[in-house]
Amino acid sequence: MSEENNTVKLPEPGSLIVSSSPHLHENSSISKIMLQVLLCLLPAVLAAVWFFGLPALKVMVYCVAFCMLLEYLWCRLMKQKSTLCDFSAAVTGLILALNLPSHSQWWLCAVGSFVAIIIAKQVFGGLGQNPFNPAAVGRVALLIGFTGPMTTQWVAPTPGAFVGAFDAVTTATPLTLAKAGAFQATTSATPLSVAKNCAENVDPFAALQTADSYWNYFIGNMGGSLGETSALAILIGAIGLLAFRLIRWEIPVAVLGTMAIFTWIVHTTSPSTTPGPLFHLLTGGAMIGAFFMATDMVTSPLTRRGCVIFGAGIGIITCVIRIWGGFPEGMSFAIVIMNALVPLIDRFCFKRPFGWTHASGGAK
Amino acid sequence: MNSTQKVVKFRGGVHPREGKELTASRELRIAPLLEKYIVPIRQSIGAPPTLCVKKGDAVKKGQRIAEPGGFVSVPLHSPTSGTVGDVVEIIGVTGAAEQAVEIIADGQDEWGAGLDPIPNWENTDRELLKKRILDAGIVGMGGAAFPTHVKLSPPPEKNIDTLIINGAECEPYLTADHRLMLDRGEAALIGASIAAKILKVDRVFVGIEENKPDAIQKMTELASKYKINVVPLRVRYPQGAEKQLIYALTGRKVVEGGLPMDVGCVVMNVGTAAAVHNAVVLGEPLIERITTVTGSPVADPANFLFRIGTPIRKALELCGGVTTPPAKVIMGGPMMGFAQSNIEVPITKNSSGVLLMAPEEVEQFMGNPCIRCGRCVAACPMNLLIPQLSVMVEAEKFDMAEHNYVMDCMECGICAYVCPAKRPLVQHFRRAKAEILAKRRKK
Amino acid sequence: MDTIILSVIVVGITGMVLGAFIAVAAKKFAVELDPRIDEVAGMLPGANCGGCGFAGCSDLAKNIVEGKAPAGRCPVCAAETVEKIAAYLGQAAEKKEKMVAVVLCSGTLSNSKMAAGYNGVLDCRSANLLNGGGKACRFGCIGFGTCARTCKFGAIEVIDGLAVVHPELCVGCGQCAEICPRKMIKLVPAAAPVHVYCNSLEKPVLRRKKCAGACISCRKCVKAEPEKMSSQGFMVRVNYSNAPDASIVEKAQCPAKCLLTPEEHLKAVRDGIKKNEGAA
Repeated sequence: MSEENNTVKLPEPGSLIVSSSPHLHENSSISKIMLQVLLCLLPAVLAAVWFFGLPALKVMVYCVAFCMLLEYLWCRLMKQKSTLCDFSAAVTGLILALNLPSHSQWWLCAVGSFVAIIIAKQVFGGLGQNPFNPAAVGRVALLIGFTGPMTTQWVAPTPGAFVGAFDAVTTATPLTLAKAGAFQATTSATPLSVAKNCAENVDPFAALQTADSYWNYFIGNMGGSLGETSALAILIGAIGLLAFRLIRWEIPVAVLGTMAIFTWIVHTTSPSTTPGPLFHLLTGGAMIGAFFMATDMVTSPLTRRGCVIFGAGIGIITCVIRIWGGFPEGMSFAIVIMNALVPLIDRFCFKRPFGWTHASGGAK
Repeated sequence: MNSTQKVVKFRGGVHPREGKELTASRELRIAPLLEKYIVPIRQSIGAPPTLCVKKGDAVKKGQRIAEPGGFVSVPLHSPTSGTVGDVVEIIGVTGAAEQAVEIIADGQDEWGAGLDPIPNWENTDRELLKKRILDAGIVGMGGAAFPTHVKLSPPPEKNIDTLIINGAECEPYLTADHRLMLDRGEAALIGASIAAKILKVDRVFVGIEENKPDAIQKMTELASKYKINVVPLRVRYPQGAEKQLIYALTGRKVVEGGLPMDVGCVVMNVGTAAAVHNAVVLGEPLIERITTVTGSPVADPANFLFRIGTPIRKALELCGGVTTPPAKVIMGGPMMGFAQSNIEVPITKNSSGVLLMAPEEVEQFMGNPCIRCGRCVAACPMNLLIPQLSVMVEAEKFDMAEHNYVMDCMECGICAYVCPAKRPLVQHFRRAKAEILAKRRKK
Repeated sequence: MDTIILSVIVVGITGMVLGAFIAVAAKKFAVELDPRIDEVAGMLPGANCGGCGFAGCSDLAKNIVEGKAPAGRCPVCAAETVEKIAAYLGQAAEKKEKMVAVVLCSGTLSNSKMAAGYNGVLDCRSANLLNGGGKACRFGCIGFGTCARTCKFGAIEVIDGLAVVHPELCVGCGQCAEICPRKMIKLVPAAAPVHVYCNSLEKPVLRRKKCAGACISCRKCVKAEPEKMSSQGFMVRVNYSNAPDASIVEKAQCPAKCLLTPEEHLKAVRDGIKKNEGAA
């Protein structure tokens, strides 16, 4: 520096920024969070392409493109600042795609995206204001409105054969099989569907519960929605989610734990009603629902205790729908139902501030 | 006698980047005498003092220039000898306009006839010691600027059994207390003993965060002479917040709206303890303090012993100015300090640091919507449901916010620190608290 | 067929029973209401602006009828309406002058010097707690439009960082003056044709450094109409109890262009943006 004091460089007047404290921030942002979620979804995306080939990729491109387009159009129409750059629409689109069958038509993707982005998210005020998980609402709407394409047109996985999937062999998911009792696993319904319609036999689910089939369920070699099938890929992504601190572990643990306990009780008391807990955890949307959909920040409770209650509720509702309900799979219904209860759960689980006691009149 | 005191963990908190390495190992520098000091008249919580000198009066160093305006108020002293200048309106630390008096130095820096040293304080009457602390104009130097003599005069029904000397210095970047403990640790401990005598307590803790091992070691060595326990604390912001510190050391929780004395504790900053020592043993009023001048744009960051009333401009000149133009000048630490709009703001009794931040270090607040990620809820040391509260304040529903305990917010800044949406949460809560207080006053 | 008849009978009987119940309840639990309250409420503007200090128009109507508030309490009502209400209740209407709000400031962004960049909540009351926003002048309009959001009548517009009241829309409810953290929105008689658009108490030299639109306290206007202008310290104001007419603008030739009619002020503010755009 110079010797003379008066030539010392000082801040220019008027060049300073005033803002409220704090002046330090953690290195995080909404777009970063969303990109991290997309990264964590990558294993599931790769698994979907591996098992279902190019049609799966097409579905995912459709959904992401439609979601981002609709978000852009809405912001233009409402003259809002474009929220495209926070990537939340891309995350919604991708999760929606992973909830669709692999041979979904473009219009199915478009309708799902419209319901997810416009009806479930933007009309409530956009990111952060939506009470329901957009992807789950999109899936539920499609499930109810287009039950046929959503529950019967399953395609058997063709691992590694990217082009082979064009002459698709139709099949059923394990859940459909469990529901339908049609356990000719060769014509592959979803495992859960088979579990449903076979109450008379002693153990009608034997074919669904062999060590081989469990291995297939785990790696994802079964009929089903794109992202639902591979538990392995979801678990790899889940490690990422936990490592990036994007989700609270309480929710997936509560969801899967409750499901396991609930189905174990039902299965042991009456084996002909439903297959065992492992079957339920590995098939259908249990994994993607527990790790990627129930944990959505906007629509999950804020407190730890709330997360446990929320997760347990999802687990129970899912199992009830799977075992006794009309649909083979109930994950997205369960998530939407519990989303509605989140404000109540938050209120219930609010702890009094540090230092408050009952004596000090803290209860209000 | 490193104590086996069990330290309780408080809930929440964060660990921001420390930035203390910029100044922690730099030696304390003594700021040279300036030609002019600008001394803000109101430097403490409570009634503003009234000026007792007028323009043109000659004053000596340490001479009283303002009388206390009530019980919760302290006198003000001249930082050097010279003449009294104009009473000017300046923009204060908080950004509001306030009155300040100019002292034009004569360069002699002569002590006036003021306070007599009381070296034999052990055998002095407690009331006399308390009077001395008032006369020396001592306020809490950690940040809140609460008059110390008031803190040391708990009502008789409060049974005070613990004195806590706060050396946690959990604010990032600041090392003023750290340097003080290394260089003037003994003074702080004597000050603590004087305060303990006034309060008639036996249990005295010095809480220091574990990221200052040299200070812990030094203080532990020195403390063996006095009946004082040095307790290492977990490195976690806001460890130095009064309620959290009391909880960590004693396991007692201060009730909302309550004071530490409600749970038998008095908390005092190490700097304040050292000032108590200076006032009693040396007979010096509070006219100087140790302040950290730091930040990446500062050419030569260090801790300085500044006279009260030194403008930030002079402080920066002593550090060799800035290497790059800073985007923010902050009085205090980065978590709770106030951003300044100009560099003429003077250092006051509670200025623990002057922090400059380069443009690339400054992240702007945005009006993004809350995505309810819950990070603030997990980190809030007061257990507040911040997402709901912030939405209520945005909708100007202050009654609702009051019912949801917004008044418990201590503005530690953790929520806004962790917020990925960069919401200006602290500003929201400050607004809500101001509106609620205004409404209460109206009633 | 049986089913249809049965359902018709069941529904019919249920309906009749419930209807009878409601009829009895309506008689039994009827609350006596002064019919005049509804009438008066109908005459009030119905904007529920809160300018009267009561919780909305029907609350004011109740208080007027009960004699707890004068008929002219509503600041929004035209004089005829007040007379109508008073006549309806058999009271004598008191004369009241129509008031409008005015923001006495010329501190547009084009005119103001910025003391600092402000980064925070875009609300005047929040900004007031944090260095008062970015503008250097501490007496003028902060410009984040809290008043404009409060105004139920859409009479305030923020142009170029300065709130401007449109007097033709303003009803004088005073809510903006209440909410303004700097308390710089004044309620003035609507009849006053000119205003001094500066609120600063500082020395003219200092305020001109901070704002190119500030009053320079030359007092030309005071000299032109000594009775009708007032000056206190460095602040020059129109004497609103004896307001000058618009010709004073010609007579005074205000060098700072501070003494203006509301229309001229609005035009000057709008032109400021254009000039700024031209420069940029």
